[in-house]
Amino acid sequence: MSALSVSNLSVTFQGRDKGFTAVRDVSFDVGAGETFGLIGPSGCGKTTVLRAIAGLNTNWQGSIAVSGEPLQPGRKITGALRASIQMVFQDPYSSLHPRHRISRILGEPLSLRGERDVEDQVRTALERVGLPAAVAGRYPHQLSGGQRQRVAIARALLLKPKLLLLDEPTSALDVSVQAGILNLLNDLKSSEGMTFVLVSHDPGVVAHMCDRAVIMDAGRIARAMDRAQIAASWSDAAAVAG
Amino acid sequence: MTDPLLQVEDLSISFPSANGPVRIVDGVSFSVGREVVALVGESGSGKSMTGRAIMGLLPSRAQVAAARLSFDGQDLTAFPEKAWNSLRGSGMGLILQDPKYSLNPAHRIGRQVEEALLLHTKLSAAERRERALDMLDKVGLPDVDRIYSSYPAALSGGMGQRVMIAAMLINRPKLLIADEPTSALDRGLQDQILTLLRSLSGELGMGLLLISHDLQQVSRYADRVMVMRRGKIDEQMVSADLANAKSDYTRALWAARPSAATYGTRLPVYGEQP
Repeated sequence: MSALSVSNLSVTFQGRDKGFTAVRDVSFDVGAGETFGLIGPSGCGKTTVLRAIAGLNTNWQGSIAVSGEPLQPGRKITGALRASIQMVFQDPYSSLHPRHRISRILGEPLSLRGERDVEDQVRTALERVGLPAAVAGRYPHQLSGGQRQRVAIARALLLKPKLLLLDEPTSALDVSVQAGILNLLNDLKSSEGMTFVLVSHDPGVVAHMCDRAVIMDAGRIARAMDRAQIAASWSDAAAVAG
Repeated sequence: MTDPLLQVEDLSISFPSANGPVRIVDGVSFSVGREVVALVGESGSGKSMTGRAIMGLLPSRAQVAAARLSFDGQDLTAFPEKAWNSLRGSGMGLILQDPKYSLNPAHRIGRQVEEALLLHTKLSAAERRERALDMLDKVGLPDVDRIYSSYPAALSGGMGQRVMIAAMLINRPKLLIADEPTSALDRGLQDQILTLLRSLSGELGMGLLLISHDLQQVSRYADRVMVMRRGKIDEQMVSADLANAKSDYTRALWAARPSAATYGTRLPVYGEQP
């Protein structure tokens, strides 16, 4: 059974008089434990695919199943499935509440689910993403970009997701900070047994992280690549540019 | 070799703060000739402030000191404001990260590209238009007549950045400072813009200072690379020697970039025990 199965996914945004189809007939399968890349230029629809899987946009056609459980178009994701699918966004600053302390940002999803030992869990989560416990008392603006992204990853991890959706998780960060975050993601993937879907426009990040990938263009899948093809096409690209 | 275009010796920049002045740039020295030089550093390294100091564009509360800051034989340390204006319009140009904020949304492209000619030359309107169309063509834009009379909103990010380059180059500056000129663009477009900047600098005999956070990327386009960290130049060298850099920081920055070759491995993180 695939960790994620997407078939014939289409997403149309309604304009005043005509619709715009951002994703057309996209199908792919991601195996458990894989890191799957969605790549392509701005506007190709890669983030739209991710948002449909995350349940942030429920207005889609086709079918999406996570660990065999189908999502319903037009409906919010609920129950156990809601915790299984988590997302990390590009800009950690705009994805963390600016007026809430880190302890509240991390604790809220747990409290909402009626969990008890919230404080302990928050402390453990911070430790797992390599942040000192003192971070819990700070506000997002008191942290560096890399620290904020670690908080966002900790927030996603707290719900013990099976599928982590990563939307350009390091493109706002310095190269040396990026290296730390990519290491962290790979460590957590193996220790927590997660599956990743990674959206990126950086060929280096894709080539470092992904086992398989699809290149999207104008809402469709233009090309599917296995590991060997990723390695070959990206080292070619570097050679041409160099 | 003749004197380099730009000479910077012992440049320091401080900003006042509640706890006394904070030194952002600390005793930086380098020179740029008619070549492509990359100034690389991470957030807060002082690379952009260095670029701005060269153009006299630091905020007035910044305290700047330099043993020497000269451009094309002129001493910039004692430059009056009026002289800066003419220097910026014709001797030096600056390209910033995001064309969305650098182009005026209410003015047509043609007017913005021609502005430097209007301010610094006595060319007629027809001559200015001809030069502008020529320049738009040189930066690789299609259908230049249409673009000339379009507004910035009609352009994509990559086209907007090409327009900015055209506007900066129209007066044939001797030195172009490009501060993260491609960070707001897709990877594929980034390479196109950097290739364009490099080839234009050769064609026009112009010095190019590329300010960037991406060491591997700019090193492919620069003759020389200077790596900045915490306000100081950590190391400078010819791009070809980068893989054998001496400083730990430069080596870490070089190796931290992910690629197909690093798949399945941990990336080195500067300051972290391996």
